[in-house]
Amino acid sequence: MSIEWYLAVSALIFAIGAGGVLIRRNPLVILLCLELMLNAANLALIGFSRMWGNGDGQIFALIVMVVAACEVTVGLGVIVAMHRLKLPMDVDDIRELQG
Amino acid sequence: MSSVLFFIAAIGAVAGAIGVITLENPFYSVLALVGHLISLAALFLLLRAEFVAAAQVVVYAGAVMVLYTFVVSYVGGSAAPGRGDPLGRPPGATLTLAAWACGGALVIELFIAVLGSGLKGISGHGAAYSPNFGSPQSIGDLLLTRFLAPFEIASYLLLIAAVGAVVLARRRGGVDEDDGTGVPVITAMDVFRPRPPGTGTMAEGVGGRAYMAEASGQAQHLAEPQASGQAQHAAGPPATEPVHAGAKEPGA
Repeated sequence: MSIEWYLAVSALIFAIGAGGVLIRRNPLVILLCLELMLNAANLALIGFSRMWGNGDGQIFALIVMVVAACEVTVGLGVIVAMHRLKLPMDVDDIRELQG
Repeated sequence: MSSVLFFIAAIGAVAGAIGVITLENPFYSVLALVGHLISLAALFLLLRAEFVAAAQVVVYAGAVMVLYTFVVSYVGGSAAPGRGDPLGRPPGATLTLAAWACGGALVIELFIAVLGSGLKGISGHGAAYSPNFGSPQSIGDLLLTRFLAPFEIASYLLLIAAVGAVVLARRRGGVDEDDGTGVPVITAMDVFRPRPPGTGTMAEGVGGRAYMAEASGQAQHLAEPQASGQAQHAAGPPATEPVHAGAKEPGA
């Protein structure tokens, strides 16, 4: 398969993830949608790495995975803290920073 | 053969992604994401990125998703059903429709940007590559020579995230629970004073039960000064309470 097919799949997954962030209101599912977008970017990076026959894109994808793991850890910590404080699991109701 | 594998993996990845955003229960969303990640690892393999595919399955679909599963089980399923469902119940029906429209517009825009770009490179099968392209050897070589600084910074980022998650999710309070006397003040003397048994000191962790028994014996021995200290502590609040009440009343 040519690289453009992989790029098309990557674009589709990214759009699904972005749409999920807009549609869903549960913070857990929003974190999952962020993962979808990061993975779509990873697929594009690895596709371009294959296109050039160069390993740099794969290193970039690995670093993106590290950043995603950090984001998950902190995000889940926030969600556990929200659960402890008995806050509603809905991002529309949590708007203290919004004023 | 490779195109058949590509279509199977691509359909699996897209179906998993759609499952993540449409399934009602977050637990099933996590399981759909696991399927999506494994399909994506198959796509990585087709692109000759063996090490990244293995890391994807082991680290992502394995470790990170287990963390998700634990948190979903701890927090519980959808606490407030109806608000966030993709079918669009009354509270946000218009907004949900607008969100779907934004998602569709994003798909069209990305397809135009990627496929309508007219780049010749992306319609080929890729450049020629050396036999160890994407192998752990070449990845490790790159990470420890050309990309040493990003590698080290990523390790620090992981450390910071781990500490931050512990600080965010730890259980507040505990032994020094707020008993109405205000914020507990920690002085330098608290370091040297023997702490009551069962408060999870370092010595208890090392010494175990034997230390606990010894400490409780010691605590009985020290009961007299501690009791007087507690009495003094308890005598404090009533003295300050009326002052607070008196100070508040004019304002109210």
